[in-house]
Amino acid sequence: MDLAIVWFVLIAVLWTGYLVLEGFDFGVGMLVPILGRNDKERRVLINTIGPVWDGNEVWLLTAGGATFAAFPEWYATLFSGFYLPLLLILLALIVRGVCFEYRGKIKDPGWAAWCDRGIIAGSWIPAILWGVAFANLVRGVELDANHTYVGGFWALLNPFALLGGVVTLLLFLLHGSVFLALKTDGELRARANTLAGRLAVAAIVAAGAWAVWAQLAFSVPWTWAAVVVAAGALIGVWLANAKGREGWAFLFSAVAIVAAVVLIFGSMYPDVMPAFNPENSLTISNASSSDYTLKIMTWVAVALTPVVLIYQGWTYWVFRKRISTAHIPEPIGLSMKPEGSVTHV
Amino acid sequence: MSPFSASLPVTSTRNRAPRRFGVDVLDLARWQFAIVTVYHFIFVPLTIGLAPLVAIMQTAWVRTGNDRWLKLTKFFGKLLLINFALGVVTGIVQEFQFGMTWSEYSRFVGDVFGAPLAMEALAAFFIESTFLGLWIFGWDKLPKKLHLAMIWLVAIAVNLSAFFILAANSWMQHPVGTTIAQRGDTTRAEMTSIGDVLTNSTLWAAFPHTVTAAFVTAGTFVTAICAWWMVRLMRSGKAADATIARDVYRPGLRFGAIVILIAGVGLALTGDVQAKLMFQQQPMKMASAEALCETENGAAFSILSIGDLNNDCEGVTRVLSLPGLTSFLADGTFDSTIKGVNDLQADYTAKYTDSAAGGEQISYIPNLALTYWSFRLMIGLGAGSALLGVAALWMTRKGRVTDSILLSRLGLVALPMIFVASSFGWIFTEIGRQPWVVAPNPTGVDGVWLLTARGVSPIAPGLVLTSMIAFTIVYSVLAVVWYRLMHRYTIEGAPLQVEDVSPERIGGTPGGAESDDSPLSFAY
Ligand code: HDD
Ligand code: HEM
Ligand code: HEM
Repeated sequence: MDLAIVWFVLIAVLWTGYLVLEGFDFGVGMLVPILGRNDKERRVLINTIGPVWDGNEVWLLTAGGATFAAFPEWYATLFSGFYLPLLLILLALIVRGVCFEYRGKIKDPGWAAWCDRGIIAGSWIPAILWGVAFANLVRGVELDANHTYVGGFWALLNPFALLGGVVTLLLFLLHGSVFLALKTDGELRARANTLAGRLAVAAIVAAGAWAVWAQLAFSVPWTWAAVVVAAGALIGVWLANAKGREGWAFLFSAVAIVAAVVLIFGSMYPDVMPAFNPENSLTISNASSSDYTLKIMTWVAVALTPVVLIYQGWTYWVFRKRISTAHIPEPIGLSMKPEGSVTHV
Repeated sequence: MSPFSASLPVTSTRNRAPRRFGVDVLDLARWQFAIVTVYHFIFVPLTIGLAPLVAIMQTAWVRTGNDRWLKLTKFFGKLLLINFALGVVTGIVQEFQFGMTWSEYSRFVGDVFGAPLAMEALAAFFIESTFLGLWIFGWDKLPKKLHLAMIWLVAIAVNLSAFFILAANSWMQHPVGTTIAQRGDTTRAEMTSIGDVLTNSTLWAAFPHTVTAAFVTAGTFVTAICAWWMVRLMRSGKAADATIARDVYRPGLRFGAIVILIAGVGLALTGDVQAKLMFQQQPMKMASAEALCETENGAAFSILSIGDLNNDCEGVTRVLSLPGLTSFLADGTFDSTIKGVNDLQADYTAKYTDSAAGGEQISYIPNLALTYWSFRLMIGLGAGSALLGVAALWMTRKGRVTDSILLSRLGLVALPMIFVASSFGWIFTEIGRQPWVVAPNPTGVDGVWLLTARGVSPIAPGLVLTSMIAFTIVYSVLAVVWYRLMHRYTIEGAPLQVEDVSPERIGGTPGGAESDDSPLSFAY
């Protein structure tokens, strides 16, 4: 088989890993003010993803690096073209990561409140913008003959893309609340469960509308299968959640995200960035690296990806325990100002 | 005038049709790249060096059971984590900025350059991020030795990430394992041998040099902080404090000082190797670093030269120099001939003007003042650390504990200096390579090169300006927060009491049972 096609699939796999894993991180971050009513509860929420969020984010870095290596033209056009949305995403990820790590470092309500704001904004913004970006890839963008994006920023905010943003937002909120129902205990678990039921309904409506729009206007027949799977999975989330089968609910919401990625990449194929004028489209073959590079990268990916999956899986196993407010120790952060006087020598 | 003074006409490009880019985008893109990359590299050297040092401290604790090493592990471990967070988040920008502001560069180099970047993420970033989470949260969940293995994996992975990213950077300095290829209407570099890319002589000089610089940085960090604490405790006049100074900070200080000295020797040796290579691979960079305008036999090493910032050789006056030393730096003999900037400019003009610059006359001379001074500052500012290492060992010889303010002051001066030295090392490397973004390789593969002006994205200057301002604001705030946290945790000192919470000690099962209601040993 053509290695460039293999790499198209592998990039889709990397994005799947990213969206499934950081999807629930985003969800948790967005739900911090909604589910966490006091500092201890918020700490429970943050600690459910504390050990794993950075590892989840590396899926994005790998997707970025792999796109650079396997499809340089795609990397160049996509990130210079979607400059402003990407900038916002990067700033959001910066602020969010720092706030996760620094929140507990200082024992002070004002400090924690600022960090919460960073976590919240840093989670809502990318949760919406990733959907906007991917919907634009499905819809097609304006490229010139040099494969440069010439559509400008506002063209990215078309109704189809904005609805796409709503879809990822709801999917991640749902995924996050289901994850929290699975990972917390007591009152938080109950609250997460109730919220997940409502979010499932909203997600079915929004994702259904977007997927049908995508199918009718931009996609190919076989991706109806992905739409059906996604719909089934979302209904599955609702049912499993209603029955308190949290593991299943989480699995179903993950499947829904996988199906969404299949729909997105399936409808782009054989382009990597469809242009309004098809002659200018970036395709799998005109955007890819040389066979030699693809071959090397294939070996590397085949050797390393399973290992990564194994040790990341192990992490989830080590931290498999539910967390409740009872598990949260007193804050170990330092006071803002040192107690007693410090003499500088 | 912009400090990036190698101005270029942008009327034609070797690789593709002209785009709507102007000097504005170019200057902004370069400023932005410089800002975010230098910023990233404030945190990176400390992480690369400190992660292994903390791993060694923890190993000492696991092997000897002596509490002092656990105290130091916890103390420096916290500082490592505060630092690590910023290294990580600023790294995210790095991964994407080639596409954002250097899209034409990315199109040209992606086939070769993308591979080490992707490998870095797959091989190094996954390990470091995953196992760091296990280390932070796993004290009471993993058996002691397994928990120790976590920090070692992090320490290895951060160094591995340095290797891959430097493979990418070294290829820009000295392209190997590559050929120029035509693909549709574009010309691009294509990889012919990953082996050559990963065994690039430039890489095998830059990697040990950068890693030893990182160890010197971390060694300085540990030594300076332990010195400050030791002196402070010795001066409090309390017997209990003096005990802590002797039991905890003195061993920490001596450990840091030994690291400085060993790594420092390695740093100088590898720096010398780098310099010799650069004389062959980028003679213009080294001639500029020496303010060597005219070709000389037995070229002198300039201690002080002054110029008029017009970036031409007319204004350069050599005030003080050591005879023959530059020749020695280049190839180990005192009387060899070293080509000066003027002759090199003529050579480059003859060789590259038609193909690379589309026939236009351009200057192949990097910013002379910056190249010259950054080279000297890199070396000079590193000297403070060497002094600190020697002073620390001497003043604590044979069981001594010192209360010398001189030592703690020296530490407080050497500490910021070493970070600045690293930055200047990079500024030298990158500015000295201008006007090339991919420098031509004079000793091997020929024909793969790219002028920086051809690499920039064809996007509106306003976009780059926006992002540059946004990054600058966010990064400035983060710098303040980072500094204050580092400071706050430093003056808190090592914990007075530490507890072994490993599962074998407290009798839990790894991972813990569902019903276990005891609080976590660590939580955000
Ligand atoms: C702690 C900082 C530090 C110190 C004290 C030194 N260096 Fe360095 N140097 C670096 C930190 C650094 C660096 C930041 O790590 C660089 C940038 C790129 C690289 O590979 O390492 C570098 C680059 C660099 C280069 C440029 C390589 C290139 O262009 O690719 C040369 C020639 C030297 N160094 C030589 C030396 C010499 C002869 C030193 C004398 C002992 C020295 N360095 C000390
Ligand atoms: C693998 C690592 C690196 C790569 C691939 C890389 C690549 C680049 C690229 C593409 C540019 C833009 C073109 C240019 O303006 O020169 C550049 C410029 C620059 N880089 Fe690097 N760089 C790396 C590491 C670093 C580091 C660690 C630093 C400093 C801490 C640094 C400092 C700079 C500076 C100061 C410039 C601006 C130079 C100028 O525009 O004249 N670089 N580098
Ligand atoms: C311009 C080129 C560079 C790119 C694209 C880049 C990319 C990245 C990224 C994406 C991360 C975050 C990883 C995570 O989330 O865990 C990171 C962190 C890191 N980078 Fe860079 N980096 C660059 C320059 C450098 C250089 C030159 C070095 C070392 C010599 C370096 C060493 C590291 C290390 C050790 C980390 C680990 C975390 C920390 O810094 O504290 N990077 N980098």
